[in-house]
Amino acid sequence: MVLPALLQPNSRLGSRMSKQQHYRTPLRLPDNVVEVKSKFEAEYRRFALKRNSPGDFQEFYRLLQTIHHIPGVDVLLGYADVHGDLLPINNDDNFLKAVSLASPLLRIIISKKEDEPGVFATNSLQRRKKGLGLTGLRTTVSGSAHSKNKPGLMIGLPQNFRQISSIIDVDILPETHRRVRLHKHGTNKPLGFYIRDGVSVRVTPQGVEKVPGVFISRLVRGGLAESTGLLGVNDEILEVNGIDVTGKSLDQVTDMMVANSHNLIVTVKPANQRNNVVHRGSKTSVGNCGSVGSVGSTGSTLSHDSPSPASQSNPITASNSIAEGDSDNEDDDRDLILENDCLTPFDSHHITNSNNTNLYDRDSPTSILHSTTVRTPLPQSISLPNSVGASLSDNSTTMSTLNGNTASSSHENMREDGNIITL
Amino acid sequence: MSFFSPPGLLLCLPAFSASVSLCPSYSLRQMRRFRRHGHESQRDRLKQELFHFNKTVEHGFPHQPSALGYSPSLQLLAIGNRSGAIKLYGAPGVEFMGLHDENAAVTQVHFLPHQVELVTLLDDNSLHMWTLRAHKGLSELLEIGRFMLTGPPGAPPSVTRVTAVLAHSSGELLLLGTEGGHVFVVEVPGFRELEERNISLDQVSNSVPDDYIGRRNLEHVEALQENPVNPNQVVIGYGRGLMIIWDLEKQRAIQHIPATQQLESVWWTEDGSYILSSHSDGSYCRWMVGAEDVNEEEEKSDIPYGHFPCKAISKIVQLPTEKGPPFLLFSGGMPRASYGDRHCITVIQNKTQVALDLTSRIIDFFVIRDGPKHTDPSALVVLVEEELVVIDLQTEGWPVIQTPYLVPLHSSAITCSHHISTIPIKLWERVIAAGELQNTHYSKKPWPITGGQNLAPDPPQRDLLLTGHEDGTVCFWDASGVCLYPMYKLSTAAVFHTDADPNDNMNQGTEGEWPPFRKVGCFDPYSDDPRLGIQKIHLCKYSGYLTVAGTAGQILVLELNDEAAEQTVEAKVVDLLQGQEGFRWKGHTRLDVREEPVLFPPGFQPFALVQCQPPAVVTALTLHSEWKLVAFGTSHGFGLYDYQQKNNVLIKCTLNPSDQLAMEGPLSRVKSIKKSLRQSFRRMRRSRYSVPYTQIQDANARLEAELAEMELAPVQRKIEARSSDDSFTGLVRTLYFADTFLSDSSHNTPSLWAGTNGGCVFAFMLRLPPVEHRADEPVTAQPAKEIQLMHRAPVVGIVVLDGHGAPLPEPLEVAHDLARSPDLQGSHHLLVISEEQFKVFTLPKVSAKMKLKLTAVDGSRVRRVGVAWFGSSRSEDYGESGLVVLTNQGDLHVVSLPGVKMQVQYPCIRREDVSGIASCVFTKHGQGFYLISPSEFERFSLSTRHVVEPRCLVEVPLHSDNSTKHRPLHDGFSSAHGCVPSVCLSQLLQEIQKSLEGDQT
Repeated sequence: MVLPALLQPNSRLGSRMSKQQHYRTPLRLPDNVVEVKSKFEAEYRRFALKRNSPGDFQEFYRLLQTIHHIPGVDVLLGYADVHGDLLPINNDDNFLKAVSLASPLLRIIISKKEDEPGVFATNSLQRRKKGLGLTGLRTTVSGSAHSKNKPGLMIGLPQNFRQISSIIDVDILPETHRRVRLHKHGTNKPLGFYIRDGVSVRVTPQGVEKVPGVFISRLVRGGLAESTGLLGVNDEILEVNGIDVTGKSLDQVTDMMVANSHNLIVTVKPANQRNNVVHRGSKTSVGNCGSVGSVGSTGSTLSHDSPSPASQSNPITASNSIAEGDSDNEDDDRDLILENDCLTPFDSHHITNSNNTNLYDRDSPTSILHSTTVRTPLPQSISLPNSVGASLSDNSTTMSTLNGNTASSSHENMREDGNIITL
Repeated sequence: MSFFSPPGLLLCLPAFSASVSLCPSYSLRQMRRFRRHGHESQRDRLKQELFHFNKTVEHGFPHQPSALGYSPSLQLLAIGNRSGAIKLYGAPGVEFMGLHDENAAVTQVHFLPHQVELVTLLDDNSLHMWTLRAHKGLSELLEIGRFMLTGPPGAPPSVTRVTAVLAHSSGELLLLGTEGGHVFVVEVPGFRELEERNISLDQVSNSVPDDYIGRRNLEHVEALQENPVNPNQVVIGYGRGLMIIWDLEKQRAIQHIPATQQLESVWWTEDGSYILSSHSDGSYCRWMVGAEDVNEEEEKSDIPYGHFPCKAISKIVQLPTEKGPPFLLFSGGMPRASYGDRHCITVIQNKTQVALDLTSRIIDFFVIRDGPKHTDPSALVVLVEEELVVIDLQTEGWPVIQTPYLVPLHSSAITCSHHISTIPIKLWERVIAAGELQNTHYSKKPWPITGGQNLAPDPPQRDLLLTGHEDGTVCFWDASGVCLYPMYKLSTAAVFHTDADPNDNMNQGTEGEWPPFRKVGCFDPYSDDPRLGIQKIHLCKYSGYLTVAGTAGQILVLELNDEAAEQTVEAKVVDLLQGQEGFRWKGHTRLDVREEPVLFPPGFQPFALVQCQPPAVVTALTLHSEWKLVAFGTSHGFGLYDYQQKNNVLIKCTLNPSDQLAMEGPLSRVKSIKKSLRQSFRRMRRSRYSVPYTQIQDANARLEAELAEMELAPVQRKIEARSSDDSFTGLVRTLYFADTFLSDSSHNTPSLWAGTNGGCVFAFMLRLPPVEHRADEPVTAQPAKEIQLMHRAPVVGIVVLDGHGAPLPEPLEVAHDLARSPDLQGSHHLLVISEEQFKVFTLPKVSAKMKLKLTAVDGSRVRRVGVAWFGSSRSEDYGESGLVVLTNQGDLHVVSLPGVKMQVQYPCIRREDVSGIASCVFTKHGQGFYLISPSEFERFSLSTRHVVEPRCLVEVPLHSDNSTKHRPLHDGFSSAHGCVPSVCLSQLLQEIQKSLEGDQT
């Protein structure tokens, strides 16, 4: 299972903060060196790197092998960041990041590759103590089933990734159904799936009945839908953003999905029912390497570790996703409006990321004038644990608007400091 | 503002209800669904007072007619069609409609003589009895019985398969001839079989003379006719040729007529002394009645277009005149080889013979008789597949009488329509005057079918419906009332050189030509140049300025002139690409403009022409007569043209550089099939005399192949967010002029708004010179705003709402005191209607205020939208504006203004009927029209106050003795547009009551 994601060395907020720190540190450390403390098994080594030219990852890797006297041993490198998170070092970029973040000490933890593959995902001890459950592990764990076959996969921490999809409302849906949210915003990936007409079998009091249904017919390679691993060919589509599609034509369902494409929530009945959420089952250890699909583990983790407040208070099927969808509707209101002061006569420009003062219109009229107005935090980011990821990315866009950047440029920024990693 | 757009052709009769008043219960149910408790119930009550959905009347010509009937006593005409509909027409405004439950073609329609009942035969062999029943002073067409002949057990179905129907003049008997050769006698209206009176084939064949060559097999009953002077005698014509005069009383054959040619029809002359028979070899024979028996009593036999083999004469009629020689009329009989493809009716009187050359296949014809004894033929009524033609037989030259209804809307295919409400009387009269000059070739006689009374009140206002056609014509229809009456026809083709051959007019009757053809009818589906097709129309009813735009990017500005004028129309070419590189237009070329002066007849005369480059189809058009500006848009951009100074003010390219498809020219595959078919048809027409049957086959095969290909494509839909890279994002969908606050909230300025397929809205501020310098100072346009809707759905409508939340009035409306001037004090709002959402923005600073999502919620998309005013049915002075919306699901919605809240929803058109949905136009008063077939508009109303529907009454004729034909007391035509006073109405009611009682006893 491939899960490309935009790696963001920290949450947007975090990276900004750390950048500021980075700018400040050289002033405080005139010697311009980074203290390094590396640990392999029980051994520690201390040494220093030049902050300005730490070299590249390969050099550093070899350096560590030399220092620890473990030439030829395949190891994984990790470092502890300012928050105490254990983050991987496996390429030049995150190596440089690690060096730049060191304040003042860069703590390196070296582990053998054959040891616990999912080390970074789950062994981030400090984080777990803080109650990591809230952020959800969805994106990361989905790779763990595979990671068994391919040892050596690097798995980052959930908050290091831009969320592209999530399973939601596990606690209120039947086990056979799955509600998947695709976060289109921020990625330039196509949603990448096709739907078709088909025949669905329903069990009714009168017996088994065949009714027309809508199914996923194809997943585009490399598309968002495929990359989530949460949707599959022949999955039956039951709802789109909380609205039942029964009785709707293929074209209607298509139009509904396209209209909701910025924040698409589809409820499906997966064709493959083996990976379903084990609902009130035992709190198994499926999370890491269980043969049951990673997806299931996510759900169970979620529903047990952090029962959704919304669903608790509102146990009826007034589903969270719809509420979310509503609040997310604010997002699609961000029509791009160019006022006359930035329009030059007879210039056949198109609305691209020009340097014009592009403003996002919100429903509050004041935000038009000055986008510095602070967005009220989205309700679901508090009440709904499974949407923290979404609110995270929302925040990031808000931040970028604060900066006065256009959406696309902020997007590009993210792409620059992030990486596409393959799990 | 024009929300009306592209072509809508083709197909599909939606189901209409069997009674004339349609489904009133539905809306109530809908209302109930919306009802909630508390204060909302008051709003609900208001909604009921404002909105009510009704399909009211069908305008135009019934699609695929298959049967014709006429009642001389009721003076009503009945047409049945292939989808089982039956329509009755009398005096203009008198219309009834019924639909058989069976979806089978109506093959025969027969009125019971001197009664209000009629019998229909469907091709599933069922017979149906219909009646016109008066209810609350209005007649309704109701089905009151059905019947299926049952043969003896084990008999083949052909025994009871009805081929001929005779409604006996007694009004009590129905004679049914069958394929098996039997004649069944049935009592009506109850459909009781009178077995003892049946005329079986055995009874007949026993008495057939031995020497008759066809006696072994007489074949089916082809014709049944009653002796006009002796109701006891009927003639039974068998397919093989034999005719038998049968005495119903004595139950025996009186006379045998041994014709030997395949029989097509039989006619018994008025005096009862002769029988005419027509045959499949193009001959007809006259036989003496009453002569002893058998033998070659044939008095006269003739093959009128003889020498070479001829086609069958399918129907023959001979009618005497008061003084002078009789009329002989027959259909068909043309020489097979040379004119076998013509659809002709020959009329012969004295030395005059004319072969009326009709435009499509003849379904049936009848003759209306007039004069003191109602014997003189006065008019010939011919129903052909695509139109109804009425010929005045009493005026020299037998001119055509213009039909007040049943006019073929599709004489050339309809490509767009535009509706204008409340036309000022001055413009109305000028259009009528221009139209009258075009109609000089029509007969001056009044419309001869005058049955029933039109009780509908006079239309409260004058409404115009304009239809644009594929051949570059624009038809003006009086859409005020139940009859969609043609007023005037404008042709734009004269401005251009077309590849039409001027000598192509093949119906120029030359002297001495035989047969003596005369072309009648107006149905002409062949367009000489598809580029001429009209795509957009905008008429300013106050100034009389009209702009029309077509398929090849041409925009004509026309003005109404009561005199003919010879003038040159100068073309202004506008390059919409504005230097966009790397495109090559692969579509059609620009139309070639005539450089020499052209003589334009009185009416709308073009004085300015803009040609877009690339010459893509014009997709949006609007006109502001006060500012004298025309805005137009294509898939490449839009422009603003000053028609006073005849120059271009603004060009804006909206094309996305990555959009190659927009340059491909006319797009879809479907269109290309249509084009190729059209071409092959045109080839066929050119070589019409040597019918290239193979070409038809070719065309059919090609069509089938294309269709098969389409069907094989997997039904699979891509789910993808729209992006700026999608195709045709630059296509301009809507253009709108508004005088509003664009830059600051204290100064209103003229502005132009454009919305594209990619969800983009452009606003330009216009600067108009003061009136005294309007002719010489330039008009300028400044870009003011751009809005890119995040959901990127096509923008289909833009409306500016004034401080009261009311839509801005049309140009000149205020100047003519017909609208309240807009509120310029309060803040204006911009309403952007995309296919998916309705969104209100503030002005001048554009910020979203509220919105209504459609697609995200129920998956339907806006196809048509219009602003309408709804008056309350309860209080005269309350009314509100609303948006009328038709979705791709065929549902109608009313959305409130300025709150954009969904008010009501009604299903209207089947969602599969794409062309019906595309053809829909709304009026400013909550009515609308859409095509239910290429030739018919369905009219509907969403308003409780503005409803146009037939309200008419047909009296039961007084049953006098059979020999004298009854005339209705009132002449329906003269009172057609009059309102019947209430006193008169109550009298009528009494009469109806009486006659109904009489009917029951």
